[in-house]
Amino acid sequence: MAKMNGAQMVIRALEDEGTTTVFGLPGGTVLHLYDALYDSTKLDHILMRHEQAASHAADGYARASGKVGVCIATSGPGATNLVTGIATANLDSSPIVAITGQVATSVIGTDAFQEADIMGGSIPFVKHSYQVRRVSDIQPTIHKAFHIARTGRPGPVLVDVPADIQKAVGNYTFSDELNLPGYDPETFFDMSALEEVAEVVKKAERPVIYCGGGVICSSAAGALTEFALKYKIPVTTTLLGKGGFPESHTSGLSLGMAGMHGHPAANRALINADVIIAIGTRFSSRTTGKLSAFGIKAKIVHIDIDAAEIDKCIKSDYWLIGDAKRVLAELRLAIGDKTANHDEWLKKLGDVRESEPMPREDLGDKIAPWRVLSTLHELTGGEFVATTEVGQNQMWAAQHLNIETPRRFISSGGLGTMGFGFPAAIGAAYGCKGLTTLAIAGDGSFMMNIQELDTCARYNIPVKVILMNNGCLGNVRQWQELFYNKRFSNTIYSRNPDYVKVAESMGVAGFRAQSANELRSVLEQTIAHNGPAVADIHIPMEAQVMPMVFPGDALENMVMK
Amino acid sequence: MKSTFSIVSEDSPWVLTRIANLISRRGYNIESLSVGRTEIPGRSRFTVVIEGEEEVYEQIRKQLSKLVEVIEVRNLTDEGGFVERWLTLIKVRATLEMRPHILQTAEIFRCRVVDLGSDAITLEVTGDRGKMSACLDALKPYGIIETAGSGQVALSRAGFKM
Repeated sequence: MAKMNGAQMVIRALEDEGTTTVFGLPGGTVLHLYDALYDSTKLDHILMRHEQAASHAADGYARASGKVGVCIATSGPGATNLVTGIATANLDSSPIVAITGQVATSVIGTDAFQEADIMGGSIPFVKHSYQVRRVSDIQPTIHKAFHIARTGRPGPVLVDVPADIQKAVGNYTFSDELNLPGYDPETFFDMSALEEVAEVVKKAERPVIYCGGGVICSSAAGALTEFALKYKIPVTTTLLGKGGFPESHTSGLSLGMAGMHGHPAANRALINADVIIAIGTRFSSRTTGKLSAFGIKAKIVHIDIDAAEIDKCIKSDYWLIGDAKRVLAELRLAIGDKTANHDEWLKKLGDVRESEPMPREDLGDKIAPWRVLSTLHELTGGEFVATTEVGQNQMWAAQHLNIETPRRFISSGGLGTMGFGFPAAIGAAYGCKGLTTLAIAGDGSFMMNIQELDTCARYNIPVKVILMNNGCLGNVRQWQELFYNKRFSNTIYSRNPDYVKVAESMGVAGFRAQSANELRSVLEQTIAHNGPAVADIHIPMEAQVMPMVFPGDALENMVMK
Repeated sequence: MKSTFSIVSEDSPWVLTRIANLISRRGYNIESLSVGRTEIPGRSRFTVVIEGEEEVYEQIRKQLSKLVEVIEVRNLTDEGGFVERWLTLIKVRATLEMRPHILQTAEIFRCRVVDLGSDAITLEVTGDRGKMSACLDALKPYGIIETAGSGQVALSRAGFKM
C-alpha cells in the first residue's frame, strides 16, 4: 500500500498492467497525469502532434503486438479528437484503452472550459467506458478496462478521469478482482453444432476457408494454417484476415483476399464452394458483395467469438461460438483424419489462377502501383510490418503485398479511416521493434495526419512512408470515373505540396521517384535509410484498382479491367 | 410487431444510455420503458417495449447481451407467457355534479382515487395494456386534463410442472 494522488495511481495502474508505451498529448485536465508521468521510469510516452494520431498509434501498436494499446488526451477537444481512433478500433476489434482527462466533478455538466461529455459522445463507438468518480476506483477501473479491451472480441475502452480525482490522495493497492457480473469471456463458447459441422466439412467436395480478422485477434493463424494444410482446404481472407494463412505458401492453398477488389481465384472459390467455413469474420459487404447472392450454392459454417455476429448479415447453416484457436482445435478432433478428396477442386482453382490472374498492367515509363508493392516485398524479403491508409493504396497493398505472418498487415477495414495508416505505423514500429515498418499511403490520406512526420523525427521512429502519390483522392475519383460519368467533383487537388520538402522540413529524409526506372533505387534508399523516410512515388492519376465487383453487385460479376 | 424485453443490469448511471442507444441506432422506437431495482442489491430490471421488424429482435437481444453491464436479456414476447402490468395516473375534470359519474366509471375499472381537488380528480388504474386504453376511453368524455403512465413492467410466467 502506498499513499499517492489519483494521477500517480493512473500511471502506477498502467505500469501494473504491463504497459510500456503510451501515445498522447497533454492539456489542462491531464496536467496532474503528466506530472505523475514525469516520474515514471517504466512508461515510454510518445508525444504526438494530434490526439487522433495518438489513438491510431495506440491501435497500430495493439494490432502489431497483440498487447493493449494506450493513448492519453485531455478533456474536451483532446477527447473528441480521440473518437475517430476509438471508432476505428471498435469496428476492427482492436484492444485499446483511451484515457481522457475530464473537468472536475464539481463542474461536470456546467459547460466548463474544455468540457465535453466524452462518455455520452463515445458510447456508440466503445466496447465499454468508465468515468472514475472516486480515487479508490482508479486501479480497479483500469484493471477492468484492460481486461475488457483484450478479452472476448477485443475493442476500445475509454476511461475518463476528472481532474479533481487525479488530484485527490489515497492509498494504492493492486487488486486483480474484476467483479463484472455481466461479462465473462469464458461463456463465449457454444459447440453444440460441432458434430454436424464436422460431418459437413468431412463430406465437403469444394470447401473453402474464409478467414477474417478474428483469426489474427485470437492468435489462431498457426492453428488455421495447420487445419488448412491437414485437410487440403484452400484459404481466402478478408482484408483484416491477411496474415491468417501465409499468402505465398508453397502448397498453393492461399487464394488471396476476396471481395470487391479481391483475387479472381478467391472470389471464384466463394462462388463455387459447397461449404464455406467462415472464421472470425462479420461478412462485411466489401467482401461478400451483394449479400443475397453470397454463398447461395454453399452451406455456410460461421465460427465467431461474438454470438451477435451469427446471422447478422449472412444467415449461416451452422455456427460455433468461441475463440477461433479453441474452436479449430475442437473441430480438428471432431473431424479426425479423413475428409473427401479435394484434388479436383484445387486443380480447378489452380486453373482459375492461371486463366484469371491478378491484373498487372505494365505502364511503360510510368510507375505501376502494383510494381511498388511487389518491389517492396522483394527488397524486404517479406520481412516487414505494413500499415495502409484508406483507398486505392490500401487495395493495391492488399492485392499485391503478400503477407506471410499474422499482425504484419494493419489497415482500417471497417471504418475506412483515412489518416489511420501513418500514425498506426508509428504504433506498429513500437509494437514490433527492429522490423522494417512500412506505411503504405496515398497523398489524400497521408495529408490527414502528415504532422506526425515531426513525431517520427523527434523520436527517430524508423517508419518508411511509401507514398503512392497521384495528386487526387484516387478511390473516389475511380468511382466517379466508373459511376458518375467522369464528373470529377472535388477529387483532384489543384496543387500538391512537395512531399520531399515537407518531409525534410520536419526532419525526415525524403526521396522521389517519378519514372519506372527510378522506382527500385528510391525504395532501396528509403528502406536502407537509418531512420524515418518518405518515398514520394508518382503514380498516374488514371490508375485504377482492378479487378472490381461493383457496389451492390454479386461477386460473380467481377470486372477485370 | 411489438416485443417486450426484460433486461437485468448492473445499477450504473450509463446503462440506460447504452441500452437506449443500441435500440434507437436500429431506428426502433421505444414504446415504453420502465426501470426499477430488483431483489438483488445493485441490480436493475428494465422492461422495454420495442416496435420493429421481428427478424431484428434476436439481433437486438444479442447486442444488448453484449453490453458489459447487462447481465441478462430476455425477449418475453418471443419466449411465450408473461404477465404484464401498467399503471396510469389520470387527472380528470370533475365538477361537483360530474363527480359521481366519474367515480362510477372509476369503480368499473377498479381505479383508486389518489387525489381530489375542487374541479379535478386523479385516478390510479393498473392492469394490462388493454385495460389502460379502455379506461382512458371511458374517462375521455369527462375531459382528461393530463395523464402519466408507468410504462409496462413484466415478468415471465412461472408455470406449473405437468
